[in-house]
Amino acid sequence: MIELPQPFFLKALAAGIGLAIIAAPLGCVIVWRRMAYVGETLAQSSLLGVALGIALGVDLTLAVVLAAVATAFILIGFGRQKLLALDSVLGLMHHAALALGFVAIAMLKGPSIDLMSYLFGDVFAVTNIDLLWVYAGGAVVSALMLQLWRPLVRLSLHEDLATAEGIDPGLPRALFDILLAITIAISMKIVGILLVMAFLIVPAVAARPLASTPERMAVIAAAIAVVSVIAGLFLSLYTDAPGGPSIVLAMCACAVISLMVMSRRAG
Amino acid sequence: MSEVHTHHDHHHSHPHAHGEACGCGHPHDTPGNLPHDASALVSARALTFRRHGRSILSNINLDVHAREIVTLIGPNGAGKTTLVKLILGIEKPDSGQVVLPVSTRIGYVPQRFDIDRAMPMTVARFLALGLSVSNEAVLSALRDSGVERCALQQLSHLSGGETQRVLIARALLRNPNLLVLDEPARGVDFVGEADLYDLIGRIRDARGLGVLLISHDLHVVMAKSDRVICLNGHVCCSGQPETVAQHAEYARLFGPKEAQTLGVYLHHHDHEHDISGVPHPSHDLQRGGKQ
Repeated sequence: MIELPQPFFLKALAAGIGLAIIAAPLGCVIVWRRMAYVGETLAQSSLLGVALGIALGVDLTLAVVLAAVATAFILIGFGRQKLLALDSVLGLMHHAALALGFVAIAMLKGPSIDLMSYLFGDVFAVTNIDLLWVYAGGAVVSALMLQLWRPLVRLSLHEDLATAEGIDPGLPRALFDILLAITIAISMKIVGILLVMAFLIVPAVAARPLASTPERMAVIAAAIAVVSVIAGLFLSLYTDAPGGPSIVLAMCACAVISLMVMSRRAG
Repeated sequence: MSEVHTHHDHHHSHPHAHGEACGCGHPHDTPGNLPHDASALVSARALTFRRHGRSILSNINLDVHAREIVTLIGPNGAGKTTLVKLILGIEKPDSGQVVLPVSTRIGYVPQRFDIDRAMPMTVARFLALGLSVSNEAVLSALRDSGVERCALQQLSHLSGGETQRVLIARALLRNPNLLVLDEPARGVDFVGEADLYDLIGRIRDARGLGVLLISHDLHVVMAKSDRVICLNGHVCCSGQPETVAQHAEYARLFGPKEAQTLGVYLHHHDHEHDISGVPHPSHDLQRGGKQ
């Protein structure tokens, strides 16, 4: 028996596919620059944004975007100083942000909050406003990524070489951190705080063995992410598994297949 | 320490700041007393660089001229790469100046180990990054370095020697008059190493450019260099390879055995280093301190 897709399912598909395409090039840069830890820190600061949003009664996505961008600015500041290694700062901040977020949410008065939906996302509860965030915010992120792409590729490949050839590493790096913060914040609704980095990184990892240029890697990552979103959402629809984790599971399956194909070719 | 080193005294509070307390027994240049060399492709004066409260480089003077191969040697942590980064403008010195005439175009050959292998990238695309050049120019640059066959390969699939040649080709495609190479022979086998220095010598002869080279290993480099600068946080000694090889500082840094394999006459050491690297004067150090 074939059922007509429900509106909630179509909205989930629209949001998931949009995000998959927006996130793919950012995921590639994260893999190249080994920035997963930066992303995790930005993601875990989102919970604090949720708490602030609820406390102040503003749109939650807006609050999360602001919290993540503020965190990005702090990281950019720490990246500029040479006294402390960024890794130690991240190690401190990413746990502090998560702990602070939990404490802040627990201290909020009023109706109880479904923490699970923030940790793992609630893709089937996507609203029209969420869709607007994905597509309007995503358009801005993608347009800026297009501008930043060439310097980011050169800086990622060899930062000293690019710097010696006249690329100022500071601006692209800082802008990328901010774009990443925005993308993570608007992805939170779909896959949640704990899985958002997997949503960004896993398609890029899966695309790497299949790509011969940085651009193709981004396009293949986007294609893998879109297929995974569709597969994950249908899996979720028919098995009642949670949506976000199902999408990430599909992405991981793609990555395992891709890496197996590569190792067979190499061996 | 001795009076010769008074310009280093502000560093002495740090116990690990080896290099300043060198007790070399020869006077070092005082910062700023040497004008920039206007005929040089790059002229650095009194460069000082500190990181994490530690002095990495102090009072470095360096000139590289056209048609000249200048080699920086020194042990690990001597500040060789930092000095190159200051010259390339990747890092800014805490004091001192790097002067590059407007006519200087630097071709930089970085350490190949720093290339990110997580990024798919063909050799040809890598060469053309940031330039608008024809395919023919790219192939010709690869041919000059002997790696034309690699043009369509992935950067991550190249051998060490191939990667090094691709990096050289990439620098030459930018038509430099100063080539800066950071340990080009590191991890390349001995035959490959000799080939590599031959290639660098040929490029210098054919294009008349100046070459600044960092090296870890000594034998081949010394033979190919016009001038050697022995670095260990400061310029220990510099000059023609034969002169440097006979210098006590050189023998101290690389060990008498290494120096002797070059058939070198050794001075008596004017100081020794204990296990933590702190120099202790031999009986005749006072001589150096009272100049």
